Amino acid sequence: MNTVIAQLQRRFQDYIVSLYQQGFLDNQFSELRKLQDASSPDFVSEVVSLFFDDCAKLINNMSRSLERPENVDFKQVDSGVHQLKGSSSSVGAMRVKNVCISFKECCDVQNREGCLRCLQQVDYESKMLKTKLQDLFNVSFKALQNPTCSAARATNTPSWRYNSSGGYKLD
Amino acid sequence: MAEVMLPEKLEISNDTSSLASPELLHVLAVDDSIVDRKFIERLLRVSSCKVTVVDSATRALQYLGLDGENNTVGFEDLKINLIMTDYSMPGMTGYELLKKIKESSAFREIPVVIMSSENILPRIDRCLEEGAEDFLLKPVKLADVKRLRDSLMKAEEKAFNNIIMHKRELEVNDVYSQLKRAKI
Repeated sequence: MNTVIAQLQRRFQDYIVSLYQQGFLDNQFSELRKLQDASSPDFVSEVVSLFFDDCAKLINNMSRSLERPENVDFKQVDSGVHQLKGSSSSVGAMRVKNVCISFKECCDVQNREGCLRCLQQVDYESKMLKTKLQDLFNVSFKALQNPTCSAARATNTPSWRYNSSGGYKLD
Repeated sequence: MAEVMLPEKLEISNDTSSLASPELLHVLAVDDSIVDRKFIERLLRVSSCKVTVVDSATRALQYLGLDGENNTVGFEDLKINLIMTDYSMPGMTGYELLKKIKESSAFREIPVVIMSSENILPRIDRCLEEGAEDFLLKPVKLADVKRLRDSLMKAEEKAFNNIIMHKRELEVNDVYSQLKRAKI
């Protein structure tokens, strides 16, 4: 049983590392994980959910502002980009944040076409990240539920905890 | 011989543990971003702080009773040890909030920390000149909060110790002048 868990832990860890390597996440994500513990066991998934909701809302608003070529509210778009850059930076969503940098540049020179391209990219990157992270958070170990197993808990869906020495363990 | 009256036992205990304990610095955090609010709240809770979070400078002023709607009656018991505010917010900015706080007699002593995602030197200077305690670049790190907390605790302990020393001085002077009067 413990070897199964160890294997899963390794796979989980490898997956997270690959997300860092591919630039989906940066160091800020690990700062988020530091804040998760027994008293706030779902903190990371909660913040990340808020981020994706916020993302969708901002993308929607900016899309509307960019809709009519003769009447683009670049101030509104700029404000949206600023907010998106801020929140993506806070959760460690590196690719999204990087698109925001180009996005802002397009805004500054009032380049509607450029803005539309960036908007599309930001939408794509945030959806991509959402899929990747959902895989991470939805791991369910019902099959491992076993009262004699030391790693099993009373809750139905044990979740992974990041511990301070850099490893992940099943809680 | 005249009786020398000893001063009453000082009420203040030598126990500084209530200050030095990692207890309940009450922080008011101000940020218009829901993601950042969630983040800063957790950051502060993990650092053993009591947290109140609001989504705008206007609400922060309301909370402090500085919005002109109420005077500070009823707000004397409000004990805030630190205010952390985002710089760029719609409506009133963090900078404007900082100014309002420093203009108020009730709250001007409270340290105000500005947070910003933009590393703009003139902005930082302006905030520090206006009396900001510190300027943090976002995203704020756990280490930043710990550093803040530690320096605040030190400042409070220092102020506390100064009070103790001052009272002791007064006590000593009191005994001395009594002894003089009694011509001992």
